[in-house]
Amino acid sequence: MANQAMTVTSASASFYQAKSRFPGILSWVLSTDHKRIGILYLVSLLSFFLVGMSLGFLMRLELIAPGRQIVGPQTYNALFTLHGVIMIFLFVIPGLSASFGNFFLPLLIGARDVAFPRLNLLSWWIFVTGAFLAVLAMFTGSGPPDTGWTFYAPYSIRTGTNVVLATFAVFVLGFSSILTGLNFITTVHRLRAPGMTWFRMPLFVWGLYATAWTQVLATPIIGINLLLIIAERLFGIGVFDPAKGGDPILYQHLFWIYSHPAVYIMILPAMGVISEILPVFARRTIFGYKFIAYSSVAIASVGALVWGHHMFVSGQSYAAGTIFSLLTMLVAIPSAVKVFNWVATLYKGSIVLEAPLLFAMSFIFLFTIGGLSGMMLGVLSFDVHVHDTYFVLGHFHYVIFGGMGMAFFAALHYWFPKMFGRMYNKKLANVAWLVIFIGFNTLYMPFLVLGWEGMPRRYYDYLPQYHTPHLISTIGSWILITGIFIMLGNLARSLAKGERAPANPWGGTTLEWTVPSPPPVENFKEIPHIDRGPYDYTGAASK
Amino acid sequence: MSATNGLAVGHQRDYAGAKLGMWVFLFTELMLFGGMFILYAVYRTTHADDFHYAAGELDTLVGTMNTLILLTSSLTMALSIAAMRTARKTVSIVFLVLTIALGIWFMVNKYFEWGAKFEHGLYPNSELLLQRAKGEILFFGLYFTMTGLHGLHVFIGVVVLSVVAIKMANRPYDHIAFAGEGRDDLRGARLALLDDSGRRLWASEPMDDSVKEVSVRVKYLPVPRRIRREDFAVLENAGLYWHLVDIIWIFLFPLFYLIT
Amino acid sequence: MNDNDTERERAGFGVYVLSWVALLILTATTVTVAGMHLGKLSVFTAVIIAAVKATVVLFFFMHLKYEKPFFRTMVCIALGALVIFIGLTFTDILYR
Repeated sequence: MANQAMTVTSASASFYQAKSRFPGILSWVLSTDHKRIGILYLVSLLSFFLVGMSLGFLMRLELIAPGRQIVGPQTYNALFTLHGVIMIFLFVIPGLSASFGNFFLPLLIGARDVAFPRLNLLSWWIFVTGAFLAVLAMFTGSGPPDTGWTFYAPYSIRTGTNVVLATFAVFVLGFSSILTGLNFITTVHRLRAPGMTWFRMPLFVWGLYATAWTQVLATPIIGINLLLIIAERLFGIGVFDPAKGGDPILYQHLFWIYSHPAVYIMILPAMGVISEILPVFARRTIFGYKFIAYSSVAIASVGALVWGHHMFVSGQSYAAGTIFSLLTMLVAIPSAVKVFNWVATLYKGSIVLEAPLLFAMSFIFLFTIGGLSGMMLGVLSFDVHVHDTYFVLGHFHYVIFGGMGMAFFAALHYWFPKMFGRMYNKKLANVAWLVIFIGFNTLYMPFLVLGWEGMPRRYYDYLPQYHTPHLISTIGSWILITGIFIMLGNLARSLAKGERAPANPWGGTTLEWTVPSPPPVENFKEIPHIDRGPYDYTGAASK
Repeated sequence: MSATNGLAVGHQRDYAGAKLGMWVFLFTELMLFGGMFILYAVYRTTHADDFHYAAGELDTLVGTMNTLILLTSSLTMALSIAAMRTARKTVSIVFLVLTIALGIWFMVNKYFEWGAKFEHGLYPNSELLLQRAKGEILFFGLYFTMTGLHGLHVFIGVVVLSVVAIKMANRPYDHIAFAGEGRDDLRGARLALLDDSGRRLWASEPMDDSVKEVSVRVKYLPVPRRIRREDFAVLENAGLYWHLVDIIWIFLFPLFYLIT
Repeated sequence: MNDNDTERERAGFGVYVLSWVALLILTATTVTVAGMHLGKLSVFTAVIIAAVKATVVLFFFMHLKYEKPFFRTMVCIALGALVIFIGLTFTDILYR
């Protein structure tokens, strides 16, 4: 038995070298080690991101000038539907939780694994199944859905395209999200190292915890909503069909009751990553730890109350519109608290300008732009003019891509040495960042302008007056994609050729930096005892 | 335990954690049905009279009987767990089987109930139904979807409880294995059972070279001291699921059958 | 392992049977009340009685009474979320 594996004797053998019951690739896809599962997710997510990015690239190519460029209108409808479905359900929502959360949650709290390791593996397999079904929906039957990723009734009930398969795929993906949330809640409650009280937990953990509750409570609602769409298409039950007395606006209610909290599923772990990175690269403790921790809970809670702001012009009552508008104003407050605390953390810190910090600062800047445009959209009277225009697209690409996306890139660079035991080329990483930042703004700033000037979203063609911003935007997409390829190329090459990384290359103070890079399979030789907060830069903890 | 030469880190056996995880799962089920309760609340409000009229088609007697069946099954479920805690394994399994039987009875009732509806031409998208008032169409759309999803959960519960019953029948036992490596370890040795004073109660024949590994499987009688939390954690968690299925029916029953 | 011992001793056979009897009585009540003409109040009473029944199942059959207070908080949060979803949806439905 022991003869088959590599002869590793020291306790610092990494988890890559751990012996498994299964040979080859099976030792990965049947592994219950949270670190391997985290990497499985990371690879899956990056792959789907690239697919979604390619779809976006094609859309921008089509929109470079008025008139048809490369595809016809039906195909264009399919492109934006798939771009949305893939980016949202196969990249952003699983996002930081499934990848970095899985890898680092146990490490950050001093545990050996999550509470339910086998459930964790099942979660990934369900994710893969859902993704497979989504791909199947693209290429089989009557073709990919053309409803937009929102699948609004009654069109989604009537259209001939593959709505049943696509919505079922999303339903399956929802299960994956739910199981991850369930696992993380139990892990945070049960497996913290001795001495790690709630307020000694790292802030990424707070973000994951708040996200987990949202995943658990909100996802089933879209689950049942999509099941009902399937029941409508297959059995004609009538709950969303106006011909039978159904109310399509109720579909929108059920849809957004999940999909608004979903954006907080997307952003809360991302904000957690920023809170992890800033103290390290400012060489000081985070400003206002408790406020940031509470704000995560506040965002998750208040964020469940604002979904109607997606429906201001849907036909819902003015009363509802007013109430949702007011609540939307409230939800900005905890986010603003975080931004202020982050800036205060940087103020008069000893700044170390590295790629993780560059991406983190980009997050703060871009998320603020996105957030402010969101506040504008939350004002009912303003939204009436810009609903379903490029203004909305600009808003959410700034918050999702400029927010979660930048945080994802930041986490990739921050935790790369820990996960892979190598350091990337730092100069190249900074160059990639710059190209990405320039490309991003060139691509998306015109959206806000276009929307303001009345360009509708999900339109295959447009009037000549919108040409210049669209052209600039498409060029921006090329710059952005170039930057992304430079970044990923750098990281990929460093996997094999990068310098070997020490346990703590950045001088961090959280627990993952106390174990070797990469960590051994059991994480800690001995479970640590915690007697201080996570960002203690005053004493021996810092480099 | 040694963890350097394998992924055998060992899954933590955490009874309280398993229970927490089960409760969290129950919340997801609550929200799943909750979405449909939202729809019911809305359509009941906007089509109150149609709902009232359509509910007359449902058989209150069958509905009440099904309610009593599920309530009793919750009782037998709880009694099964209570019996296991006091080490009355046979009693526990009997109550568990009763619970399963009641669940099956519920599904049989449902089968006949729905069958009668179909025979009368009342099913989603049927010609007969589409001629009725909008509110009635919605009532039956919700009726079939909600009781259908609930019935599916009863079915899943019955399957899960059956699996648990089989597992309980085999528990509790311990399996201790130790392997001697190399021939010299075991040759000439015997396996023996000794009491506290060292008196030999039983011994095997001396082992020869054909014996490569010795493992001992111990089946012990369930007495309260020996029943560990982990042994009935599965039973308890299955019970939690079953009770939730009961709770959902507690709300479905009056909302569909008693609004006449 | 040892935190399980902090659970108070749970309900025994007796409490379960009593709970079951209570549930039967409540069921009989709700069926009877349904026969009376209460108009708008009928939904309200039906839901209230159902809620009481659900509480009995939760507290005794599901041991919520004997679990750590945190479990009760969690149940309230989940139920609260559902109530809020219904409530805010009704700000639309009622005022169209």
